[in-house]
Parts: sequence; structure tokens; C-alpha cells
Amino acid sequence: MQLVLEFLALPFVQDVLKILFILLLFAMPLGTFMTLMERKWSAAVQDRIGPNRANIGSYRGRGLLHIAADALKSIFKEDLIPKGADKFLYTIAPFFSFMSAVAVFAIIPIAGPIGDFKFQVTDVQPGLLFIFAITSLGVYGAVLAGASSNSKFALFGGTRASAQMISYEVFLGLSLMGLFMVYGSTQVSAIVEGQGEHWFGLIPKWGVFTQPLGFVVFFTALIAETKRAPFDAPEGESEIVAGYFVEYSGMRWSSFMLAEYIAIVGVAALITTLFFGGYQVPWLYHWESAPQWLVTLLQFGKFASFTFIFCWFQIQIRWTVPKFRFDQTMALGWKKLLPVALLNTVVTAIIIVALA
Amino acid sequence: MNTSELTTISVEELKPVHLPGAIIPAPPEDSDTSIMRIEIGPAHPAMHGIVRLTTYLDGEQIVGMVPEIGYLHRGFEKESENSKWIQVIPYTDRLNYVSPVLNNIGYSMAVEKLFGVEIPRRAQFARVIMGEISRITDHLTCLAACAMEVGGFTFFLWFIKAREYLYELNEQVTGGRVTINWTRFGGNSTDFPDGFLKEVEVRLEKVREVIEEGDQLVTRNKIFIDRMKNIGVLSKEKAISYGFTGPLLRACGVPYDIRRADPHLVYDELDFEIPIGEVGDSYDRFLVRMEEMRQSISIIEQAIDKIPYGPVMTRERYLGYPDKKEVYGSIEGLIDHFKMVMEGHHPPAGEVYQPIEGGNGELGFYLVSDGSGDPVKCRVRPPCFNYVQAMPELALGHYVADIVAIFGSINMIGGELDR
Repeated sequence: MQLVLEFLALPFVQDVLKILFILLLFAMPLGTFMTLMERKWSAAVQDRIGPNRANIGSYRGRGLLHIAADALKSIFKEDLIPKGADKFLYTIAPFFSFMSAVAVFAIIPIAGPIGDFKFQVTDVQPGLLFIFAITSLGVYGAVLAGASSNSKFALFGGTRASAQMISYEVFLGLSLMGLFMVYGSTQVSAIVEGQGEHWFGLIPKWGVFTQPLGFVVFFTALIAETKRAPFDAPEGESEIVAGYFVEYSGMRWSSFMLAEYIAIVGVAALITTLFFGGYQVPWLYHWESAPQWLVTLLQFGKFASFTFIFCWFQIQIRWTVPKFRFDQTMALGWKKLLPVALLNTVVTAIIIVALA
Repeated sequence: MNTSELTTISVEELKPVHLPGAIIPAPPEDSDTSIMRIEIGPAHPAMHGIVRLTTYLDGEQIVGMVPEIGYLHRGFEKESENSKWIQVIPYTDRLNYVSPVLNNIGYSMAVEKLFGVEIPRRAQFARVIMGEISRITDHLTCLAACAMEVGGFTFFLWFIKAREYLYELNEQVTGGRVTINWTRFGGNSTDFPDGFLKEVEVRLEKVREVIEEGDQLVTRNKIFIDRMKNIGVLSKEKAISYGFTGPLLRACGVPYDIRRADPHLVYDELDFEIPIGEVGDSYDRFLVRMEEMRQSISIIEQAIDKIPYGPVMTRERYLGYPDKKEVYGSIEGLIDHFKMVMEGHHPPAGEVYQPIEGGNGELGFYLVSDGSGDPVKCRVRPPCFNYVQAMPELALGHYVADIVAIFGSINMIGGELDR
């Protein structure tokens, strides 16, 4: 027993356990659930019933079994590599997308720290700069897939994706400048810590209240970064069929799709962490005698529920609005979001200096 | 079609393609840039039906396009020549398969013109009601597909849902949703079932709700307007020279509607307005169709108020089957029945052209008869043939993504395009 506890106390073992917990028990299940949720919710929006056919005997589980059925189907499908494709690049492209979607969760705290123990895989000093680096890597998935497929439609998707993602990287960074100034750090734990305070003991000092403009720009840029509707010109399902992954099949295709859905969860988790207080439960400080385990549980519950709400919100957006054309996406970014993000930065700086 | 005027770029260095309306760009002068040729279709999700658009791109900008049709050619006209007159009616269902009743009506009216008969008033009103229902299904399908191409998938499914309400009405009268085979020479094969007109009113109310709902969802949406406005503009003069008709011509600002210009059936007794657009872009085409559906609903409601009682089939012996009572009760009836089955109709020799306002524009039937039992010629003037021809000019200078917005709004129906 003593040995087990000592083993668990090793930092390395703790990191592995955190990765397993956050990825395998939170991000991945939620991501796969999103695949069904999107279909079910879009069905509700469109006056349909949605998938409900997969069954084991007479058990259908309201379509839940479709998650398993889809996974099994794509595993057993043929993994086609088109003629003339660059095999190596074609093969590794999905991993870039998948990896960058998953790596976002490395710095997201899912509950408050207990003593020295943090519910966060790693609290790196650069903090959010890590996110920018990782999301930039995601471009390679789309670009390599588009360039290596030996298909003109895929090439279109790849070039659109690279231009769009690199542009929106700019607004992604700029929109958070104000947040960094308000909370005085780029480290995620410090930002979440700062959001635990209250104004007049009533209004939580969440990012969305201190940085409303920053929130709008950041959310828009993140959706564009993950190539979700209305910014899904790189996929362009009506004109370039499926964009950069048009030639993919089987599990590699599923990797792209799963990466997209995990990215939805990642976006929602980031929004929650940076602008909605992360794990901070508002007004909980009134209840000083609360047991630690209950506080942690409440914190995780708050984080998870807000994440879920923003996942739903993204799906709702997708099934409500039409899609931008590619040049309109770029125009929106450079002509509207960039000035707004800059204005936000300047105004925030002026207010901070004035208050200090 | 004056091809020389449309081919704006020199084609000496490329093999000339003798397709009307085709625009082929000249090779670029500096060797660093090149023009990409991309085949959109024939198997492409946005090419409803089957058509191939060979598109020439400079970056994402369209510099040339060659539409190629004929992938759905089934030999309608030749097949008609080898059939009896009456056997053509089921084929016409397959022309514009989203508004089959209008095709039926158009063909039957052409043959009736050959015979020179007037059909009973109840049948005329019934044709108006069913025809306008068909026009609504046509517009619903077109707008749904058009919005789906620019990303409004929810709008698509709402409108398809509304279309289903109306297809079920088709089913109640004719027994089929799409392949209905309803009209006959001299009237209609069936009268409305009991309580049908009440049901029509109930369902139209539901359809109207869906239309208003969809209107709120996309019509004033900023993204939708950005995608549709000033895309695929065609001037009045160009539209007329291309032979545009129907909603597309009206979107260009010409108030030409065959229901008014050449009133057939009982359209001159009904009150309706002809919506026209201003610039003739995709957005105007969308709005014109939207308004036409509301007008059609109002037409149906007026027709329901005015529809008289009476027969739905003329009593002429050479047109329809005699009553069963006569067939079994009199020798003349039996002979008439026998001759009708064995020999079919014998329209007098001559030729006619009968246009009607189809869902998509002017749907014309040109028939030639030599007095025998078979049509000598059965030519269809499909509305969307001209639209596809204008496709290169509409798309020139726009981006790849605009092809679908334009193509969705011109509502190409493979069945009537290739016949």
C-alpha cells in the first residue's frame, strides 16, 4: 500500500494519470459524443428524428449505439490511397489535425488545485502561447492532406485552409491581449485564479465581463480556426465537395472528423477557461465550511457543464447560418475583426492605466 | 444564339468548342501563371441532375466555362414518336420531375389544341389548382437546394418538409407523388376526392407557415445576402436574347408571365400579381420565387372559391372512354371503347405549339400530327436549356464558390434539360 502511494506521488506518474483522465475520460468521450449530438441536434432543428437505427437486438438507446457503429464501420472500411498521391504525407496528415486538436487540453485546468496538486496536465509558463503554437500546427494537417491527395478539389481546400488558419491566428492572439493585461499573466492558472474574484461580492470577475469585445473576437477566430461553419470554406461541401480531405476514407477520414469534434470540445473548454471563469464556481466563497471533495466536484461540474453548453452553441450556430465564401471570410477577418481586436487592446490598456 | 458576341476571349490557340455560350480563356501570356481547368460534374453534389461544367480558373476566379449537357438524355422525343398520343403523358411526368402536373397539363393542352376542344370548367379549375400546387413544389425544391448550396441546410430540410405536404395532396388525387399521369385529352382522369379542397386549404396554411419561417431564417441574413447579392447578374436585354423565361426573366425586371401574356385555362379570371426583380442576380431570383409561391397560394385559394360542380372530362366520343354503362349496354359504346383501346386518339393533321407557364419558365410543346395514331413530332421547349447556356456568362469573374449559388438559383432540372 505504502509502495502504491509512493508510486502515485511520483510527478511522472501523476502526469500520465492526468493525461489519461483528461483525454480519455473527458475530451475524447465528449468529442465522440459530439458526433452523435450534432446529428441529433441538427435533426431537432430541422424537424427530423435523427439517427436511431443502430441496435443490439431490440435495444436502440436513442441512437447512442451509432457512436460505436460509426467507429466500427470506419475501422473496417478500406483505407484508400489515391493514385499519384504522396503516400508518406498523405498518411501522416490526419495525425497533425488530430494531435493539435487533442493537445489543447494539456493546459486546461478542469478543477481547482488541492494544495500542490493541480487538475491540469501542465501549467507551462508561456501558457496560452502554447495554444497558439499548437493550433498553428493544425494547419499542417489540412495543407498536407490537400497537397498530397493529387486532387484539385483537395488542393483548393488545402490552400483555403492554410490562408484562413494563418490569418485567424493573428486575431486569435490579438483578441487575448486585453485578457493578458487584465489578469497580468499569460499563464492559464493565473487567469483562472483571477476570474475567481467578485466585484462588490456579487458579479464574478469573469473574462466575458472584463473583456466582452475580446470574447466575441476570440470566439469567432476560434471557430474559424477549427474550420467550423460558417467559416467552413476549406471544406466547402457544396462546391469543392469535402475540401482537403475529399480523397480520404476509412479511419483516416474518421481521424479528420474526430479531430473536428474534439476541436469543438477544445474550443468550448478554452472559452470556458478564459472567459467564463474556468472551474471557478461563483459565490462559492460564501460557503467556507464546504468539504474539499465537494468543492472539487462542484468545480469540475461547473467546468464540464459550461463546456457542454458551448459545444451545443457551436452546433446551433452551424445549423442556423449559411456559410461565408472564402474571400468573405478573409475580408471579415482583416477588415472587421482586426480593427476590433486592436481597439479592444488599446481601450483595455487605457482603462488599466487610468485605474492604476 | 450569337456565340461570337459571348466569346469574349480569343480562342485561336485552343481547340474551338462548338458549344453555345461556352467561354474558353486564352492561355496566359507570362509563363509563371497558368489557368487551372477543373471539371465540376457530371458527378458532383451541386450539379443537381447531371451536367458537366468544365471550368477554367485563375486562382479561384472563373475565367471560362464550358457547360456540357446530355448526361440524362433518354430520348423523350423519339420515344414519343413511337408511342400512341395518350402514352406520352406518363413520359411527361419525367420531364420536370418536381412539377409533374404542369408537364401533364402542357402536353394535354397541346393535344386539345390539335383537336380544337374546350375542356369542362371544373377540369380547368382543377388543372389550375393542381398546377399551382406543382409550381409551389417546384419553387420549394429550387429555393431549398439554392439555400443548401450556400450552407443553409436547415432551410433545405424545412422546405422539403413543406414540399412533402403538397406531394401528399398529389397522392390523394392521382395516386402518385411524382409520377402522377393525371390529365387526359379533354379533361382529367380523376376528380378531387371528397373533402380534398378543405385539405388543400389546411395544407397550404402549413406551407405558408414554413415559407414565412424560412423567410425569417435566411432572407435577411447578412451572410446569405452577401453570398447571393450581385452574383450572376444578367441584364434585361441579355436575358431576352438568351431566351430566358419564367422566374429568371422576371428577376431581370421583365414582367413576362405566360399566365398573363397568353391566358390559358382560367387564369384570366383569377387575380394575382407578377413579382419582378431589379438587377437580375441570384438574390432577386430567390426573392421572385419566394413571392411567386405566395401568389400561387392566393391563386389556389381563389380557385377553390370559384370552382364549379360538373364533369371533369368532355363527353366527346373521340377523346375519352365511354361510360361503363354504355360499354356494356349499347353496341355503339362497346365499339367506341374497343376503338379507343385498339387505335387510340386520332387528332386531325396539323401542327400546334402550346406554351404554358411551367414552374421554371416557358414550357412549350410543339406537336405535329398527320392524322394517324402516333405523333409525328413531339418537341419540348424546356425552360432550363437556355439557362444552362447562359451559365458561363453568369459565372464569369466570380469565384468557385459562386458557381453553386448561381447554379442553385437557375434551377436546372436534368429531366427536362436533356429529355
